[in-house]
Amino acid sequence: MTPTPQDIQAAMAVHPRAFRDTPAVQFRKIALWIGFIGLFCWCLYDFNFAPERILHGMQRMGRILSFMFPPHIWETWAEWLEVFTALGETVAMAFLGTVLGLIVAFPLSFLGAKNINRIFWLRQTTRRGYDIIRAFEILILALIFIRAFGLGPLAGVLAIAVSEVGTFSKLFSEALENTSRRPVEGVVASGGSRFQSILFGIMPQVLPVHLSIVLYNFESNVRSSTILGIVGAGGIGFMLSDRISGYFWDQVWTIIIMIVAMVYLIDYLSGLIRARLIGHAEMAK
Amino acid sequence: MTALADSPISTPILQFEQDYADLRRRTRITWLVGSAVFLALFTFSAWLGDFFKVTQITLPDGSRDWRWIIPAGIPRLGEFIAKTIPDLHWATFGADFAEWFWRWKVWAKLLVETILIAFMATVFGVIGGFLLSFPAARNLAPNKWVMWICRRYLEIARTVPDLVWALIFVFCFSVGPMAGVLAIGLHATGALGKLYSEVNENIDMRPLEGVKAAGGTWFDQIRYGAVPQVLPNIISYTLLRFEINVRSSSIIGYVGAGGLGQEIREALSLQEYTDLSALFLIIFVTVMVIDFASEKLRHRVIGLEKGPST
Repeated sequence: MTPTPQDIQAAMAVHPRAFRDTPAVQFRKIALWIGFIGLFCWCLYDFNFAPERILHGMQRMGRILSFMFPPHIWETWAEWLEVFTALGETVAMAFLGTVLGLIVAFPLSFLGAKNINRIFWLRQTTRRGYDIIRAFEILILALIFIRAFGLGPLAGVLAIAVSEVGTFSKLFSEALENTSRRPVEGVVASGGSRFQSILFGIMPQVLPVHLSIVLYNFESNVRSSTILGIVGAGGIGFMLSDRISGYFWDQVWTIIIMIVAMVYLIDYLSGLIRARLIGHAEMAK
Repeated sequence: MTALADSPISTPILQFEQDYADLRRRTRITWLVGSAVFLALFTFSAWLGDFFKVTQITLPDGSRDWRWIIPAGIPRLGEFIAKTIPDLHWATFGADFAEWFWRWKVWAKLLVETILIAFMATVFGVIGGFLLSFPAARNLAPNKWVMWICRRYLEIARTVPDLVWALIFVFCFSVGPMAGVLAIGLHATGALGKLYSEVNENIDMRPLEGVKAAGGTWFDQIRYGAVPQVLPNIISYTLLRFEINVRSSSIIGYVGAGGLGQEIREALSLQEYTDLSALFLIIFVTVMVIDFASEKLRHRVIGLEKGPST
């Protein structure tokens, strides 16, 4: 049975709210949209999104994109070795940064977990500490370390390690808090000490979660360590920014393709490790 | 009795002991091999990462000497951090603070620019990601080829870091916030497109079938069947992305794409150390405030999703 226009009119008269928002809500929606579009247009004007500028930029973009075909292939082994060393440095930076961050963050995470550290002020201070470390952008940390340790991958490693301390501690302590109390009670009931209750009651529950977090952060660190090179912290990013400032666009595209390939490979491998060690549990995502 | 029980019972026990010993041995070997591989990887990457490099430093008496890089660098790190700490005294706090933030007019302008870059980039990212997320979702794609192309595009957009896009766009569109908007926007498109399409893959397909049964086209199905289901999640992801974009846009000026980053680069190259700490403080406070505000907003959105009472 199709409703006739009269039926619809009648229904609208009986239940006006089902068809239309109240005037106040309507007014708020319109005001929000006007504000949003106004801000957007003002930004377009302020950032100078002029059509001729966009057109000109597109032409330049097309020109540099044309360097992608055919892709640049280095001819000598020495040049290839340079590229692979740079890629290796990038992965090494991510790996070392993750491991060093893990070593520092693991003990710290116990201080931030509610079910392990019962001292309120100590727990809150540690947690604010994690927040402060995480608020530092990884590139800013890299710039600081470059001043102290010079250009090169070491600054990148330390930057990743420091920022990972904040991330890992937070995620680990959340994992510790999400454990079940029952195994702990079991260990305590059979006469275990507090240390034993953590070791045998909590650790088996959190280890797969921790491992999953570590692998996931390693993947994301591989991506970050590419950027760190651009500010001077070694690896493939350093080579990339060097080629861009020299306008070697053919080499730039090859390097970008290799970065994408490397990230895919790392994601694939870490997916394999995750599936192997954790199994296809729901936490393996 | 004991003689009778001895042989039939002890065989399974012996068998068990044997199997258990085998299992222990296998586990131990796996552990040993695993640790050895890990240690080798660690050492190799430490070597690649310059941990064993020696560097020249100047001793207090003026002579040069070789040192390991880490012990040589730590005092320099301390010196650098000490230099960035401004000279604040309680008695003359106001004057000292004004001295510390002496470029505040420029910084305030650039801070607004930074936030606007993040805003614009989020808008572009949401538009691009939203439009592409439907053809990129397994259950909604009109056909396989469209899905394949959309997915590859999103993958490349998010795998290449925004700073690299910024370098490319600065070359094409010249120095300025426009390059930053395009770079962060493109990266955000990739990241948001992936998250949105995962949301799309988890929706209930029955409303779409209803629209289809009533004669709706693919666009009608998406508009009236899928969009109302995914909207709360999309808003929540968008706000999260805005926080990330503010962080990115505060840095992206380092390669010339607008915002506060260019001041960081200038302060570093002119060795204005106290400027650096002021800029860090500005970015830190901005990021904290935006994170806090967006968290509140997100909780409201999630609350609305659960019921109109909250």
